[in-house]
Amino acid sequence: MALPATLMFVGFGVIPLLGVLVLSFTRWDGIGQIYPAGFDSWGAVLTDPGLPHALWVTFLVMFLSWIAQTPLSILIGTFLAGRQRYREVLAVLYFIPLLLSATAIAITFKALLDPNFGLGAGMHLPFLAQDWLGRPNLAMGVIIFVVSWQFIPFHSLIYQGGVRQIPVTMYEAALIDGAGRFRQFFSITLPQLKYTIITSSTLMIVGSLTFFDLIFVLTAGGPGDATRVLALDMYKRGFQANLMGPASGIAVILVLVGLALALLLRRLGGSSTDSQMDGA
Amino acid sequence: MATVTSSRPTGATGRTRRDKAGDRQTGLRGTSRPNWLGGAFAWLWLLVVLVPIYWIVITSFKTQSMYFLSNPMVPSTEPTLANYLLVVQSDFPLYFLNSMIATLGAIVPAVLIAFLASFAIVRGRGWVLKGINSVFLLGLAIPLQATIIPVYLIIIKLGLYDSLAALILPSIAFAIPLSVLVLSNFIRDVPKELFESMRADGASEWQTLWHLAFPLTRPALVTVTIYNGLGIWNGFLLPLILTQSPDKRTLPLALWSFQGQYSVNVPAVLASVVLTTLPILILYVIGRRQLLSGLTAGFSK
Repeated sequence: MALPATLMFVGFGVIPLLGVLVLSFTRWDGIGQIYPAGFDSWGAVLTDPGLPHALWVTFLVMFLSWIAQTPLSILIGTFLAGRQRYREVLAVLYFIPLLLSATAIAITFKALLDPNFGLGAGMHLPFLAQDWLGRPNLAMGVIIFVVSWQFIPFHSLIYQGGVRQIPVTMYEAALIDGAGRFRQFFSITLPQLKYTIITSSTLMIVGSLTFFDLIFVLTAGGPGDATRVLALDMYKRGFQANLMGPASGIAVILVLVGLALALLLRRLGGSSTDSQMDGA
Repeated sequence: MATVTSSRPTGATGRTRRDKAGDRQTGLRGTSRPNWLGGAFAWLWLLVVLVPIYWIVITSFKTQSMYFLSNPMVPSTEPTLANYLLVVQSDFPLYFLNSMIATLGAIVPAVLIAFLASFAIVRGRGWVLKGINSVFLLGLAIPLQATIIPVYLIIIKLGLYDSLAALILPSIAFAIPLSVLVLSNFIRDVPKELFESMRADGASEWQTLWHLAFPLTRPALVTVTIYNGLGIWNGFLLPLILTQSPDKRTLPLALWSFQGQYSVNVPAVLASVVLTTLPILILYVIGRRQLLSGLTAGFSK
């Protein structure tokens, strides 16, 4: 019964995964013949200053989006965990950004942030009318903001679920001991959310490797190469410069980064993750 | 998308316990001081979320000259449907149909085969099934976009380049890992005694699959369907790389090229944004409860 799913996943998941390694040792323009090329692609990729730059940008997007989203998501999630009726309504509205495609979101913010015709110009707010996508640091900031705009609600909902699983007796005991709200938050809520934090962080961090469409439509990696993350670097080398060999090399690096991060985060999860692994 | 850490089974017992805890929390939270800080941020962020959406909707009803002249946050006094007409009279209906075919064509078989695999993994034993499960779990940790170049090669070799089937096949494969993870957690929650008593009554393994596991995992099936369907409907990379002709475009790709073509006509572009999101929004309103509870059950902890 597991056969159809296995075949599909091997055919379009496992084989491509191995294929990308094989292709990184070849020369291919994407249309014609594929020629073996030994370590040529790897030589080209590893000596290209574009690689450390792309790695750095990828890391920056990962780190900044994590640091921007996590504290806010925990705070909002803790609030949403209450049971008042209006909080449900809040949760419903929160979900809307997740329904939009990254393309639609990127197009919207591109128009909103247009220095001449966007929100800033229309409302006569000079602060908002900057050339947001034309300056490297601002463009990076915009990407982080748009990512947060789309995903903070989602992670808040994850934390909401996590907070609701904390036994109430712990809070009752803390209340008897005279612990205040902040004390309760830092001594009970935060430590109890450990696994939720790891889950949410893993989703954020591994997910940040796949912000291709958003960045592609929003900045196309620009201005210059300021927002050229690994996934975009792979696409540009492969499908715009027709260098599939080096692009496959970048893809291999992308896979390794993803795998390393997932393993690292699992290690952080401690022993209990192993039993979860068995449970799955 | 998801990770191995999210795979703790959400047991049936766990769920009732949580509900009880929630009920009692009402009392506790009601009597203790309100969480002002969290509340303030929650409402502030709601505003941040809603302002762009509000802007999309009101702007899509403005004429182009109104867009340049009027205050962006004030709705037009003379709303117009011209932008929507422009979009609908373009090839939009065709792209809509393409997206529909690609999404349904991928999601129905994907969920079906993932369900079968989950059932086999939970009910069966042996190293083969264990190994298969591990491979699926590995798929969760890997950014599958990184496999796009070989996928492109395979699609060319299969003679499927520039067809909707080119989008459907990889989409099915990419949807499998998370679906198997969520579905097998749910099937595992079904008490073993139910399976055994059904088998004792002479039911075959297939009958337990359809008459026991299937109805009991329906909430998870809905969650997985909507979640993956959303990803495929909104997908951009596969159509960008695996298709070429305008008549094979799906909505996100069409939106992107529409933006290039009408970059000056922002209201029309935003009208197309609204139209591409509308079906999802309707689906969300219908399946909301299940999606939200399914997601929080699947990811929290």
